[in-house]
Amino acid sequence: MYDSGKVIAGLVVFAALFLCPFLYNHGSMTAQPKPSLDTPAIKKLAAKRCVEDREFMVAHHMQFLNEWRDEALRNGNRWYRNKAGEKYLISLQNSCLKCHSNKKEFCDKCHVYAGVKPYCWDCHIDPNGSKL
Amino acid sequence: MKIDRRKFLKAAGVSALASLGGKGAWEILDPGAVDAAEHGGHGHDKAKESGPKTRWAMLVDMRAMTEEKADKIREVCDFAHNIPHWDDPERELKWIWKEEYEHVFPSSYNEYISDDIKAMPFMLLCNHCDEPPCVRVCPVQATFRRPDGLVAQDYHRCIGCRFCMGACPYGSRSFNWFSAKVALEKEEGRKINKEFPVRTRGVVEKCNFCVERISLGKQPACVEACPDVMHFGNLADSESEIRKILRKRMSLRRKLELGTHPMVFYLV
Repeated sequence: MYDSGKVIAGLVVFAALFLCPFLYNHGSMTAQPKPSLDTPAIKKLAAKRCVEDREFMVAHHMQFLNEWRDEALRNGNRWYRNKAGEKYLISLQNSCLKCHSNKKEFCDKCHVYAGVKPYCWDCHIDPNGSKL
Repeated sequence: MKIDRRKFLKAAGVSALASLGGKGAWEILDPGAVDAAEHGGHGHDKAKESGPKTRWAMLVDMRAMTEEKADKIREVCDFAHNIPHWDDPERELKWIWKEEYEHVFPSSYNEYISDDIKAMPFMLLCNHCDEPPCVRVCPVQATFRRPDGLVAQDYHRCIGCRFCMGACPYGSRSFNWFSAKVALEKEEGRKINKEFPVRTRGVVEKCNFCVERISLGKQPACVEACPDVMHFGNLADSESEIRKILRKRMSLRRKLELGTHPMVFYLV
């Protein structure tokens, strides 16, 4: 092999650069966040259930919130009937956040961990927060 | 095959007519027939008879209006919808605002009209037109007309192109040049309505006839604040309170000649 010294040195430098972010973060992995459901409003509930069951809300709340938005705003229907037949007011600030009054614990924890930045809070207000 | 000039022109004429397609060909043979069939005869009046059961409209009683009430209405609306104030009047955000007669009815301005009317503080707001020009020009359908006549604005979709502001003949739309959240926090002693969102920078906003209140069976905030001045109701119901008032009182509407069919009536 011609120029083996230079090639191997180059490969070593490349491997070091490529691996440095992995090595840098190795061992410092943060634990998967567990969003807190501990709010006064939820404690008062007899059956601790969101508008739909837990598994559905965890997996599909993003699509679900989009559907709520379209239903209230575009279709003019402000009431949601869940699978059990119960009626809920469609509103992020006046329904979701009335129970989940701990936005920092409940919303932000997972979103920060997953690195997603939903634009909800560009306009919507946390009714329990002191800052807008 | 040899073809002479006459035959060529005939063939060209027939194929041109055929290529115009169904509607174009009919237009030449029987002008107006296609449009009439599509729209069910003469537009507006007919549509009203077979129209929806709800058509929201607002009456502003200018005989009962005073400067104090006008200011109160503005204040109530600004609070209900978290509308920030900043100094630059060109970039003011306004859903309902005060204006004088001369600027309210520029096309039907009557310089000899009584001084009372000239001095009245007219409250202007989105007219929620039946034929809204803003809806026609919006490239992303962020603004749209609901079946009950409300012209709604979807801030999730708005891209801030401001075509609607150019199209609206009433100046009812404002653009968010700055972040409303930052502006509201800067305002000293400013109360925030925590039940209603604010708008982000780069979207157009306007009066929504308090859709968040009327969908819960309440009256709009301005009507609740001054029920003797503002009247809100269903124009499609001939026995509704506002229809009764309109039968008795003389009313004006802004720029009727434009054919937008505004739904805000000024009782004089």
